[in-house]
Amino acid sequence: MLSLLILIPLAFLLLMNFLTLKGRRMAFAVVMALSFFQIYAVFCPTIMANRPLHGLASVFDFTLAVDGLSRIMLLCIAIVIFIALLVAAPFVKEEDKRFYFAGLMILELMGLNGVVMVRDIFSMYVFWEVAAAASFILIALQKKRDPLEGAFKYLIFSSVATVFVLSAIAIILLISGDTSFAAIREALRVSPHSFLITLAVGIFLAGLFMKAGVMPFHGYLPDAYASAPAPVSILLAGVVTKTLGVYTAMRIVIDLFGFSASLQSILLCIGLISAIFGALAAMGQKDLKRLLAYSSISQVGYIFLGFGCGTPLGIAAAIFHIFNHTVFKSLLFVNAAAVEDRTGSLDMSRMSGLASRMPVTGTTSVLASLSASGVPPLAGFWSKLFIVLALWQCGHYGVAATAVMASLLTLAYMLLFQRSVFFGTLEKGLEGVVEAGFGLTLPAIILAVLIVGIGLFFPYIVHTVIFPVVSY
Amino acid sequence: MLALNIDIVVLFLMALSALWTVMTRSLLRSAIGLALTSAMLTILMFRLHAPLAAVFELSVCSGLISVVFIATISLTQPMSQEKVLQHMKDRLERFWYLPILLILTGIVLSFLNLKFNLILPAPEIEKDPRIVLWNQRPLDLLGQIIMLLTGAFGIVILFREAKKK
Amino acid sequence: MSAQALTLFWPFCLFIVILFIIGFYCLLVTFNLIRALIGLELLIKAVTLLLVLVGYVTRHEALIQSLVITLIVMEVVIIAVAAGIVLGLHQHNKSLDVRQLRNLKG
Repeated sequence: MLSLLILIPLAFLLLMNFLTLKGRRMAFAVVMALSFFQIYAVFCPTIMANRPLHGLASVFDFTLAVDGLSRIMLLCIAIVIFIALLVAAPFVKEEDKRFYFAGLMILELMGLNGVVMVRDIFSMYVFWEVAAAASFILIALQKKRDPLEGAFKYLIFSSVATVFVLSAIAIILLISGDTSFAAIREALRVSPHSFLITLAVGIFLAGLFMKAGVMPFHGYLPDAYASAPAPVSILLAGVVTKTLGVYTAMRIVIDLFGFSASLQSILLCIGLISAIFGALAAMGQKDLKRLLAYSSISQVGYIFLGFGCGTPLGIAAAIFHIFNHTVFKSLLFVNAAAVEDRTGSLDMSRMSGLASRMPVTGTTSVLASLSASGVPPLAGFWSKLFIVLALWQCGHYGVAATAVMASLLTLAYMLLFQRSVFFGTLEKGLEGVVEAGFGLTLPAIILAVLIVGIGLFFPYIVHTVIFPVVSY
Repeated sequence: MLALNIDIVVLFLMALSALWTVMTRSLLRSAIGLALTSAMLTILMFRLHAPLAAVFELSVCSGLISVVFIATISLTQPMSQEKVLQHMKDRLERFWYLPILLILTGIVLSFLNLKFNLILPAPEIEKDPRIVLWNQRPLDLLGQIIMLLTGAFGIVILFREAKKK
Repeated sequence: MSAQALTLFWPFCLFIVILFIIGFYCLLVTFNLIRALIGLELLIKAVTLLLVLVGYVTRHEALIQSLVITLIVMEVVIIAVAAGIVLGLHQHNKSLDVRQLRNLKG
């Protein structure tokens, strides 16, 4: 039944194209319904059970599987697609563009769902490419100059990453002769070619690091995030790079290669560099979305730090942080969209004191910033605490201490951003600004409730959701 | 021995046409060079027992992709005369390292001549790629369909106004 | 692996490495958008050859052929999208020079 998560969107996409012009206005509603269906599906045991189909239906029986990690990713994808569509209304105005936007969102949804659920290394590449292609087109949707530029850079980087990954797949095939995860794991375990395996792991991870945009490989990421239309920035920062880069890295390391000491030190090293230098770079930014992009790099560094421990606690913390990052970074991008919508600019030096004019945006962005910098009792605090605990438990005391320092840096640039945009006296020329429309405040409130709720009910969530994730 | 020679010759030609693709001044020639590289790759694929994929490579890569490239090149303006002259000097400075680098790599690698004692997986039972694709990899086919839809959306969005202007 | 496949393995690897170098050099050094795409294509050609070689050596030709066919479909779509983006950029900049792309500083 898991194939429903790909087949139903595909069916709706095909049907949408047969609609009349009037019917096409429903496109946004269709995609929202799809994202609700996905949220329902994640909690519905019959859909998640994936029993084999019989008879005629067995044509649609693909080799898909989910575990706790996949389910969290599916949930993130559905939430972010829903939020991005709510936000899109003021940014994608033309009727035909709205229809294309909805169609591309469905394609993106299918691509990401595919990446999350496949258990075959080449099919994973196929869906990877679908999700990447859909995001290039989404960035370039309005054909303005800067987004086209961002899309081109993203395309080149992403394709080079793909070439890396394909080369690694070729080397793995030389050893295993099959592409399914189970066969590869078995072949790698018994294979005597340690040199070839090391080569494949190295090339594969280099490609995935490029996709995730961690620090030495981050060249395209701020451009793509900052130039994309607001709803697309939410999508890119919230799930696309996380699924294509971070989730895939976790999946192949856990399912295929397994942790080794050198792999762990590479992950920790990359994580540390991104966490610190991402935060430092964020401090120097004038453009609000660029600041958020560098902040995203820094948070991905945290995820890799937790994951690099290789212990169940570390992996659980990393997954929890992926979810938290999706929520608070989406919220911050929604706030940025509200500011852009009302003031027409993202230049932080030209605005201040907006909190008095935009109370909902101001308040929710404070919550998101505090969650990002790990202030208790918000959701971000718990995942960061767990990451630091996991590092401490493994004996990486220095790394743990540096991670705490990086968290202080996060607090610093988030306060800088708050002070220059929302606090203080109102900048001249901004007196006419009023609170953003319903489409921008509703998602902000939903996400803020999530942040506070997860933070407060954490003891319940940690035992029912987070730890079962790594118990497979 | 004869078979080996043919393969090496085609490999050499492929590397040469790739080099020409990169070194030549005109973009149009560059696109043609890419098609030529692709054609050489087709021969190699055929010799490596992949005839079906070779047909795809020939028709799609050296056919369709070259058409896309040539269309893009002709839709974008050519440079003015003096710019071209400046450009030539520029290029020569930047690109003359490449052949030297390649020759060095070639020499180093051919002296290295690693002997892999590969322990290979068991050969597969199914010998027909069509059956493999349809029966064992339906997910890839689904992915192809979704990718083609994405491509259709992309072409509609990105090319439509370009035609109007 | 048959004796012939063994003797062929290394020369093929050598030329694949050379193709990779040509592609990367092109991608890094060029200032032209279309030429960057051509460099990318060369890289994909190298990967295709690598995959086919692996299939030949491991006697998994059928599997590899189905993979390569999928790869070619992906490649075409990506290149078509990239060509559309290049055309859009050319409309704005009236040039194909990468050095014009300095609005966004990465």
